[in-house]
Amino acid sequence: MSVDWNAFTSWSALVGGVLIGIAAAMFALLNGRIAGISGVIGGLLKPAPGDVAWRAAFVVGLLSAPLVYSLFAVLPELHIAAPSGTLVLAGLLVGIGTRYGSGCTSGHGVCGLSRLSPRSLVATATFMGAGFVTVYVIRHLLGI
Amino acid sequence: MLVIASLLAGLVFGLGLIVSGMANPAKVLGFLNLAGPWDPSLALVMVGAIAVGLVAFHVARKRTTSLLGAAMELPISRQIDRRLVLGSVLFGVGWGIVGFCPGPAIVALGMGQAKAVVFVVAMLFGMGIFELFERRKQAVLMRA
Repeated sequence: MSVDWNAFTSWSALVGGVLIGIAAAMFALLNGRIAGISGVIGGLLKPAPGDVAWRAAFVVGLLSAPLVYSLFAVLPELHIAAPSGTLVLAGLLVGIGTRYGSGCTSGHGVCGLSRLSPRSLVATATFMGAGFVTVYVIRHLLGI
Repeated sequence: MLVIASLLAGLVFGLGLIVSGMANPAKVLGFLNLAGPWDPSLALVMVGAIAVGLVAFHVARKRTTSLLGAAMELPISRQIDRRLVLGSVLFGVGWGIVGFCPGPAIVALGMGQAKAVVFVVAMLFGMGIFELFERRKQAVLMRA
């Protein structure tokens, strides 16, 4: 392993991480809920009375973050290398997997680890491990 | 009030994803590429988020209602089962293929990225497939 020091953005990573932590803290202390994005979105697909507005509001907040950011600074460019077919395959896997495994990087990774949940530790280790292996296979074995 | 808190939490979460660079799939893949030139940024994002989260959930777990008077809906399940692991594997593979997990995909959608639209639609479809299977399973259980 070699660290790519040019790509390593330590301060912005730490500051952004703290912001994510503050968002999770707000949601836990004000709303009494876990800021798990897959769970918040997934719940919109089986709408229950009184359960829709706060979920939709959270998603609107996420969606409007780029607009608010752009009022203060220039938005960073995104690089999405994958072609459409690959995006569809990955999207399906992420959709099914996060719901079947009850969480994603936010719910298990950020909130679960903050709660010292053994369940979330297993989930996070599993999806990170699967992510490492997948990138290894694609980039180093298949050479794509 | 809860809806406004939810909107703000989603907004701050999204800003954190943009500031940290995690809205960019190329940056996430740089972290998952352990064998290549490795970008440790994502690890620092987690450190920042969990440092705040540890304090917040330590306080939240002791409360019976949220600061806004809502019921505390923090997870109680401690079961580490096949669903958790299998779901996390599927999610991790999808994450590793493109570099998107649900939060960053929604933020990228807010930036108007066409590829994010494709990914999010597929992800919602995947979540819908999960709901259909769950409903069918419920129906079978009810009949039994």
